[in-house]
Amino acid sequence: MSAAVSAPPPATDAIDAAMRRELYERMVLIRVFETEAERQYKAARIGGYCHLSSGQEAATVGAVHALQTDDVLVTGYRSHGFALARGVPPEAVMAELFGRADGCAHGRGGSMHLLDVGRGYYGGWGIVAGQLPVATGLALALVRQGRPQAVLCELGDGAVNMGAWHESLNLAALWKLPIVYLVINNEYGMGTPVGRASAEPELYRRAASYRMHGERVDGDDLDAAIEASARLLRAAREQRQPAVLELMTYRYRGHSVADAGLAYRTKEEIAEHLARDPLVRVRTQLRGDGVTDEQLDAIDATAEQRIAAAVSFATESPEPRVDQLAAGMHAAGSAEQFARMRPGSAYGEEPLTFDAGLGA
Amino acid sequence: MSATAKQAEAPAAAGATEVMTYREALRMALREELARDERVFLMGEEVGTFEGAYKVSAGLLDEFGPDRVRDTPIAEEGFVGAGVGAAMLGERPVVEIMTINFLLVAMDQVINHAAKIGAMFGGQVRCPLVIRTPNGAGNQLTAQHSQSFDGWFAGTPGLKVLAPATPADAKGLLKAAIRDDDPVLVIENLPIYKEKGPVPLDPEHVVPIGLAAVAREGSDLTVVSHSYATVRALHVAEQLAGEGVSVEVVDLRSLRPLDMETVAASVSKTGRAVCVEEGWPSYGVTAELAARIQKACFDDLDAPIERVGMAEVPLPYAKNLELAAMPNEERLAGAIRATLGLAA
Repeated sequence: MSAAVSAPPPATDAIDAAMRRELYERMVLIRVFETEAERQYKAARIGGYCHLSSGQEAATVGAVHALQTDDVLVTGYRSHGFALARGVPPEAVMAELFGRADGCAHGRGGSMHLLDVGRGYYGGWGIVAGQLPVATGLALALVRQGRPQAVLCELGDGAVNMGAWHESLNLAALWKLPIVYLVINNEYGMGTPVGRASAEPELYRRAASYRMHGERVDGDDLDAAIEASARLLRAAREQRQPAVLELMTYRYRGHSVADAGLAYRTKEEIAEHLARDPLVRVRTQLRGDGVTDEQLDAIDATAEQRIAAAVSFATESPEPRVDQLAAGMHAAGSAEQFARMRPGSAYGEEPLTFDAGLGA
Repeated sequence: MSATAKQAEAPAAAGATEVMTYREALRMALREELARDERVFLMGEEVGTFEGAYKVSAGLLDEFGPDRVRDTPIAEEGFVGAGVGAAMLGERPVVEIMTINFLLVAMDQVINHAAKIGAMFGGQVRCPLVIRTPNGAGNQLTAQHSQSFDGWFAGTPGLKVLAPATPADAKGLLKAAIRDDDPVLVIENLPIYKEKGPVPLDPEHVVPIGLAAVAREGSDLTVVSHSYATVRALHVAEQLAGEGVSVEVVDLRSLRPLDMETVAASVSKTGRAVCVEEGWPSYGVTAELAARIQKACFDDLDAPIERVGMAEVPLPYAKNLELAAMPNEERLAGAIRATLGLAA
């Protein structure tokens, strides 16, 4: 794994043993969550698309750890891990996957459209690369408001071939916006390997077209992911330098739960990656820090319990009310604007209520 | 804020108006809103130094500076999306798209992003974005630059779509759009920019969204129109008045929400309706109107509802072909006469 630019990490970004353990707990939580989500999907308790991120935990947790409280996070649709890493309770995420009222998007978004505005998470977005212009605008707003924060915009390796990638990076560089485009390169856009999709398979190099800094880092190395993310986010915040950070990783599962993930790659390839599993790598480091196997097993058990609790919570959460079908679609006061639209309606629908409070 | 901006904010005499073009009325609205609210900023191709491809933003760069009047590269998907993101953090971006034809390359951001935010995220984040753009034909701009997609946008839940027909409404509705907390598309029109009319000078002249206007009262037939089609309809109504035909013109002003109450009241009174739009009528605004009118006014209709729109071809270049294809006054008058059972 070659880093295009490698500066020694500032001491402040290095994590201590206690933090490593905490981040490991989060990585385990994500792995257990995804495993359980697949089980629940196959039991038909989760519908729609369900894109799992098992294998990508170090990249996800490392990048999100580098965010400050008031920074802004935007992601694509493989978003469960990012939501959990940002601190969204697994109960709220699982309830969203179940389509329940207590989900983090009140059952309106599902797997691809998680969010938590209070934690600066402005959404999982479902159209490949569609979140890039939006994230670029969020960064523009930070500048306009004089806030010394940055945006972390996650995308997959498939998104770099969309026009929105080019337009967004050009605007960010032109306007010196505080944003880091985080390419989670898991080697496949759906079933197409990067080399068959991008004429420049070293994706970080594309940043050069915009005179923007780009670099590639082993995303399965938690410390490396943290170091690079922290450094680039700091440059974004302090010097308004946008950047592309390509974290190399791998997803063990298919593109979505509906894809076995074996039509375009071999079992041997997956096994090869499993042998370098990011969780195992951190576990080894923690043993070196003096954490015992019993303590590590206890972390696993705690995660299992928490996710079981999340499933119970989601199961018991009520379905969204049908009379709140249109809730949230329009801002307060809009009902009056739409009051005269009904006469002659071809649909004979009941008046849609926009203002029904769904809660924050 | 400059001294001139402050002067512009001085309250105008109650009810004072000034005759100006539609273009000047839009500029007045932008200038007043930029002065009123720091969160408002303009963004688009050539809006600054060039003063707008149609000069709507003339003078605003000098007055408010390059941060508030922001030139963009030719990258509609990028800067419309940037408007979406900025709006999500509470800014009030007003994005200019040079003509509605170029909005097609930003459709993903308008339909799949801006329009979805309120509902898809359970009402937890809003998108107070304004996109303003002219549609229309008539200057031999040919197939790729002469279109009207009003119905595409008006058929999308989550958006609000306004289409003012008079300079006064251009000011009042653009201000309403900027002050609204939802994404609003303000559809302007190329030939309408030079139309003149009295415009209230009051900086609080805000026209409510979702209210149609009876632009001309009449008793024999209702023409339902919006934007430049209203200008055509008023000319035709005046011309037909000389022949003893009394035409009522309902100017929609807002396409989504649609004020069916005003439309239905008028058609119930006259018993006849001709719906006209600048775009292709199939699956368009007039198709929607006809469906709703027949349901609302079934017992009151004395004739089938007629529709007039652009001929259903990509608009040709040759002047005579272009004129023939457009929903011109002759075609509108013909449709009115036919609906009234009069000789053409």
